[in-house]
Amino acid sequence: MIGLNHYLILSGCLFAIGMYGIITRRNALLMLLSVELLFNAANLSFVAYARYRGDLTGQVFVFFTMVVAACEVAIGLAVAILLYRAQETLNTDEIHSLKG
Amino acid sequence: MNEAFFFYVFSGLTLLAALYVVLTKNPTYAVLSLVAAMFSLAILFVLLHAYFIAAVHILVYAGAILVLFLFVVMLLGVGREETASRSQTLYRIFGGWVVLGFLMEIGLIVKAVSGTGGASSPVLAGTIEAVGRLLFTRYFLPFEITSVLLLVGIIGAVVLSRKESV
Repeated sequence: MIGLNHYLILSGCLFAIGMYGIITRRNALLMLLSVELLFNAANLSFVAYARYRGDLTGQVFVFFTMVVAACEVAIGLAVAILLYRAQETLNTDEIHSLKG
Repeated sequence: MNEAFFFYVFSGLTLLAALYVVLTKNPTYAVLSLVAAMFSLAILFVLLHAYFIAAVHILVYAGAILVLFLFVVMLLGVGREETASRSQTLYRIFGGWVVLGFLMEIGLIVKAVSGTGGASSPVLAGTIEAVGRLLFTRYFLPFEITSVLLLVGIIGAVVLSRKESV
């Protein structure tokens, strides 16, 4: 029988994979992609709790998370394009104009 | 037992796709693999009786967000591989340790709370009607505020991507 713990472990593994991506990726675009993995790990645990607690509030929160994710992607990709126009690269090791 | 079968198949698929997203060198493959991960996650949502969320998940993520990502990947031409430098291996080691610690923490937490939260609660189907009713009654104010957030997102994206503003 599949219980809440199964989904929580899956969600935790997804979150860990996303975190590994954010740490190891040097391309700003692919870091944003890893952030999407983190969002989805959180969504999965929200939905799992909604199912096993018999309360739909978790699903409402997933709805809000999706709105936030959509906004984040729109702004983040616009910033990435600007960054590429200004610096000719998206490698976060080469972008250091904010460094003093 | 059917539920268990589908859970294991699609959770394995999700994890494999997510790993490929993180490990592949080619950004285009990473985006496409994330699409696969989104689809198998949507199937897991269906298993959890969250039908509305599953449909919206496919529409918003696979249909909108990842297409946007693909546009930008193609536009910027970041198809070339990232060069492996010394700092890259350093980041990999650091990331590996962080992930290891995180997984151990999850194991401890799950071990501590296992047994609580049985499957005795009634199954609530997350249909459009049920979720919509909740959205327009108890969570009406947050729902309206998200529209402001979307407006801010639209204006922000338009202002940022204008050529003159650079």
